[in-house]
Amino acid sequence: MDDFILKGRVWKFGDNISTDHILPSRYMTHVEPHELAANCMKGTDPDFFSKIHPGDIIVAGENIGYGSSREQAPQAIKCAQIGAVVAKSFARIFYRNCYNVGLPAIMAPDFVLDVNQGDLIEINYTQGGITNLTTGKKYEFIKPPDFLVEYIELGGLIPYLEKQLKK
Amino acid sequence: MKLALRLDDNHSSNLQGREARGVFIKSGGIFMGMTVTEKIIANKANLSQVKPGQIVQVPVDFAFFHDNNAPIAIRQFSRLPNASVWDSSKVMFVLDHHSPSTTLRAAQHHQNIRDFAKKHNIKVSEVGRGVSHPVVAEEGYARPGRIILGTDSHTVGLGTFGCLATGIGSTEMAAVLATGSIWLQVPETVKIWLDGKLGPHITPKDVALFLLKNFGPSFLNYAAVEIAGPLVDSLNVEERMAITIMCLEMGVKNAIMPVDEKILNYINGTQKTEKIFQADKDAVYASVVQFDVSSLEPIVATPGLPTNGVEVNQAEGVEINQATLGSCSGAFLHDLEAAAEILKGRKVHPGVRFVVVPNSSKVVEKAARLGIISTLVEAGAIFSSPACGTCGGYEVGVLAPDETCISTTTRNMDGRMGPGGLIYLASARTVAASAVMGKITDPRKLGGGN
Repeated sequence: MDDFILKGRVWKFGDNISTDHILPSRYMTHVEPHELAANCMKGTDPDFFSKIHPGDIIVAGENIGYGSSREQAPQAIKCAQIGAVVAKSFARIFYRNCYNVGLPAIMAPDFVLDVNQGDLIEINYTQGGITNLTTGKKYEFIKPPDFLVEYIELGGLIPYLEKQLKK
Repeated sequence: MKLALRLDDNHSSNLQGREARGVFIKSGGIFMGMTVTEKIIANKANLSQVKPGQIVQVPVDFAFFHDNNAPIAIRQFSRLPNASVWDSSKVMFVLDHHSPSTTLRAAQHHQNIRDFAKKHNIKVSEVGRGVSHPVVAEEGYARPGRIILGTDSHTVGLGTFGCLATGIGSTEMAAVLATGSIWLQVPETVKIWLDGKLGPHITPKDVALFLLKNFGPSFLNYAAVEIAGPLVDSLNVEERMAITIMCLEMGVKNAIMPVDEKILNYINGTQKTEKIFQADKDAVYASVVQFDVSSLEPIVATPGLPTNGVEVNQAEGVEINQATLGSCSGAFLHDLEAAAEILKGRKVHPGVRFVVVPNSSKVVEKAARLGIISTLVEAGAIFSSPACGTCGGYEVGVLAPDETCISTTTRNMDGRMGPGGLIYLASARTVAASAVMGKITDPRKLGGGN
């Protein structure tokens, strides 16, 4: 199988970006993919969806996904066709939710420290490496356990479970 | 305030990201003492010992969905081929976020949930009954030794009953609904020992906001916290929940308190009927932190994060447009009672909307019997039906841009009650005193009660 590669431009955010920033609670009943996408990051950057391109990467500081358990937050990011979320650290439920919906969540604090808004980056998820194509610098990250990597390869927990149930 | 033992930065980075890194420690070898959380997990995983970092699959004893997350969970569940509900007696839907339904969309979601529940013979806690985890506690589903999952992040509050209770997302809950099990990474445990006695007008909510202020929003990410000590022993069950619910805002995986007679009476159990675990004498803690709360001041969390706590004198005088008693952690009977003590014979300031959203229908019943509701209404309170209500700006008590609210609710992130609105978090006493004065006020200045 070929390496799983993601390439896109960086949208950089700070520490403690909460699920209220990612998908404000007033939009939580709006569960269709196009609605979720349109409201992505609305609590911190109301124009976010109109500025991004498919494959772009969200980069954040400490503790992204702080707060509520709403899966609509990572769903909104995925529906907006963001390729991955890279952060110094993740809040617990948000981290699990990212994998459950098939959105790579990558902890790479050294990379986050160096990267700038708009940098073009390439993530080799299979090898656990990030290259900042704008600066040429390379970084490594520790991959999650194999079963979570499989969630990403299959598209989330539901397809993974389907496969398990067939066994 | 003394901090007996400070977690160093290295330690915090160890706590950070264990789950994310997937550090796997094989069980076996020399037996080491376990914390309560480790014992619950080991028991459920059928292992003699578990250690922090280890990933285990465990059966779930009770699972509940709320109306904001159930629609996605139902949709995901229906994607599974031939899926059936693992045990409908261990599942409940709770209609609490949009209760009674506040929009057409919410009404449709409620309808779908009721249809699904009927088809699969699952219990529904109807609109008006209350917020999920207080209701789950009242119904006696939270019992020592159990593993309880909810689609609400504040599910951690059920650890008050000596069980491992934590929040998960919709898709994961769909999988739990089908399989009755979940993977968990064994968390490291931090022990918080609370000594001393609360001063006049100081409440469990002040203790919670004080802990949040000390640990910050991510310091305890992925960790279990065991909270015990003379202060905990002195509190009633719901006052304890006011603290454990708020622990989520420090990033914890679960919070757990010791099981005593008050807990057993509340759940109608006995030492014999319940699976009560005690930590081993040689249990390994990531850290043990001790606080004496005797000199604690009223705490107010300034807008932005629930961990932005300051002593009330640093926030006093800020003018408010709204004051709120609400949410799972801030609208128990003891909150309404405390507010009524302050408001008895007084009137809410004409420039303030004082909104009360009790967290369960039982709170309403008890408050009515005790005359608390008439005291609050006579003072000018506006009552809404038991629900999450103002906490997430769920169509009750939404703020206009630049308006300010002081609230007993759980969170104060930007826009939480409406874009541009500012939220200060505080105890019911501080909220009630502020409602009277029209600005943030130290409740001790108004006197009365306690």
